[in-house]
Amino acid sequence: MAKIMAGVGCSHVPAIGVAMDTGITHEEYWKPVFKGFKKSREWMKKQNPDVIFLIYNDHCTAFDARCIPTFALGCGAEFQPADEGWGPRPVPAVKNHQKMASHIAQSLVLNEFDITIMNEMEVDHGLTVPLSVMFGDIKQNDEWPALVIPLCVNVVQYPAPTGNRCYNLGKAIRRAIESYEEDLNVIIFGTGGMSHQLQYKRAGLINSDWDKRFLDLMTEDPVGASQITHLEYLRETGSEGIEMVMWLIMRGALNENVTEVHRHYHVPASNTAVGHIILENNA
Amino acid sequence: MTEKEYDNIPGTIVFDADKSREGYHLNQFCISLRLQKNRDAFNKNEEAYLDAYPMSKEQREAVLKREWNLLLELGGNIYYTSKLAANDGINFQNLAGRMTGMGVDSYREMMLKGGRSIEGNRDKSEWGED
Repeated sequence: MAKIMAGVGCSHVPAIGVAMDTGITHEEYWKPVFKGFKKSREWMKKQNPDVIFLIYNDHCTAFDARCIPTFALGCGAEFQPADEGWGPRPVPAVKNHQKMASHIAQSLVLNEFDITIMNEMEVDHGLTVPLSVMFGDIKQNDEWPALVIPLCVNVVQYPAPTGNRCYNLGKAIRRAIESYEEDLNVIIFGTGGMSHQLQYKRAGLINSDWDKRFLDLMTEDPVGASQITHLEYLRETGSEGIEMVMWLIMRGALNENVTEVHRHYHVPASNTAVGHIILENNA
Repeated sequence: MTEKEYDNIPGTIVFDADKSREGYHLNQFCISLRLQKNRDAFNKNEEAYLDAYPMSKEQREAVLKREWNLLLELGGNIYYTSKLAANDGINFQNLAGRMTGMGVDSYREMMLKGGRSIEGNRDKSEWGED
């Protein structure tokens, strides 16, 4: 049977992708950001996952204002990196485990999570940046070392799904994955955050104390984290900090007790606090 | 309009269903600039390109004058308006420098020093606003 071995929380700041694509990660500004992922890349190599279930948000790329699904599951064979206005990232297309994705789609709906099914979808930095930071540089004509099942969450138009809903969706995703018959090693990624506000007069807001408490809660008290209100995210972590609800989907898919094997926090990457955590399911 | 629980957060526009409705055509115009062929057409003749998007007069003026904060007040969302900015060669951080009124250099400097503190930035009363 397929099994979720671990969860990864990770920011998906577009500028991090640009830094990797343009080869400037050794510059003083970027060094501390990437230093914190060194251990993560070694850990990824050791884990050697077959499938990554990756939760992210689209930034009006695959979904503009015409259609705003709260949860959309990628079920197509592969997903091309999108042109977000400055050309597509020079990274490989993302290949799905299509059979497993269909199984998850079916299982989720029968478990009363009425997701949208995407058979055609381009993916933006929200999905490809976490893959890049965790796997390192992968050339465009190579392949990502794992198959990827994308779950796209609306966090652009308020309200995003509640933390509680996300946490419970994570549990349903776990049931779906772990009822899939093939023996597969799965890692689940929750991406986005941490505190940041990109817009209007309060842009640049960072709340490190809050972010660090959130990382603590990820390890020690996920149920507590799932009860954080939208108002608290907006006020305390900036209008775009609400992306952190996506980490709760990842966390819901893990055991209540987990082992924290790595943590990284750095300010700033462009306008954003970079946060990262690796949680292993206790055997 | 009924007051919303997030209305008292200073310097912040929450892009909710009301804003989304108001800004629909403005945002659809902005996102069209994701593609090079559309950027080329827009840059060739902004007025003619905008005719295809039935936005309000105020929204149209704000686009032509690149009034970044006003665009948000009129229903624009940052992930959309940032495409217009990118077309003009303005990245996210430089756009933030403009929206905050700080200018690009002092904004970048603030971020390097850990960003804008939450202290004094939770409630409009702390900004001397209602």
